[in-house]
Amino acid sequence: MDSLQLLGWSSMALFSIGLVGVVVRRNVLVMLMCMELMLNAVNLALVVFGQRAAAMEATVLVFLVFVVAAAEIAIAIPIVLLLVRRRRSMDADSYMELRG
Amino acid sequence: MIHSLLLYGFLMASLAGAAAMLVLRHPMHVALALVATMLCLAGVYAMMGAHAVAIFQVLIYVGAVMVFMVYVIMLLDVRDPSLARRFSGLLWPGAIAGIALVTWLGRDAWEGLAPFVAGEPVTLQAFAVALLHDYWLHFELVSILLVAAVAAALAVIAVGRRPRG
Repeated sequence: MDSLQLLGWSSMALFSIGLVGVVVRRNVLVMLMCMELMLNAVNLALVVFGQRAAAMEATVLVFLVFVVAAAEIAIAIPIVLLLVRRRRSMDADSYMELRG
Repeated sequence: MIHSLLLYGFLMASLAGAAAMLVLRHPMHVALALVATMLCLAGVYAMMGAHAVAIFQVLIYVGAVMVFMVYVIMLLDVRDPSLARRFSGLLWPGAIAGIALVTWLGRDAWEGLAPFVAGEPVTLQAFAVALLHDYWLHFELVSILLVAAVAAALAVIAVGRRPRG
């Protein structure tokens, strides 16, 4: 009864929700959390196909993705703190001069 | 039967938590919704037989990353203009593009994939042996990456403390 369609579709839907969240929300921290959601969605797809193939490599890769996510958040949070300290705002629209 | 029920229940709960992240106003509520989503995903992993991944999901994501995030939300002043106006000017284009993406990708994902048949469950012992025996180099490289990340975080904070002028 377990369906690969549903699992794959859920992973894709989670990724889309994360992507929409990064685009539509204003708060920098919320955008960061939506990025984490996208990473989780990719992990779900990786685990689903890894379990289907009974591949140990997939589990190791998921573990490495976890560690990279931790490293990413360890750098992203200080950058956000720095921006908020400079501009006194968590609104992404107040960093308009960053555009090219 | 109960197994499938739990799997789909966790899956639906994770999708509901993700959808709640889009509409909740306060960053702390969004963080709690994300924690709920991650816990439900850990349940999905456990139901699929990937027990090691489920444990790491709870320990690393919920235990470390999200606790860090919650602390930062408590540290920052959240009475912010972004609270009164949740959505940016890209709300409608973003929402329409998101629905289009789900429909387009979802149709292929729905029609193109075979039924899921779980393989052998990955035990923690087999995973530990594989990680430290076959993939020891990756393990060490990742530890270097973590040290570099900590050094970079300290450097970013140091830039913020430098007197301007």
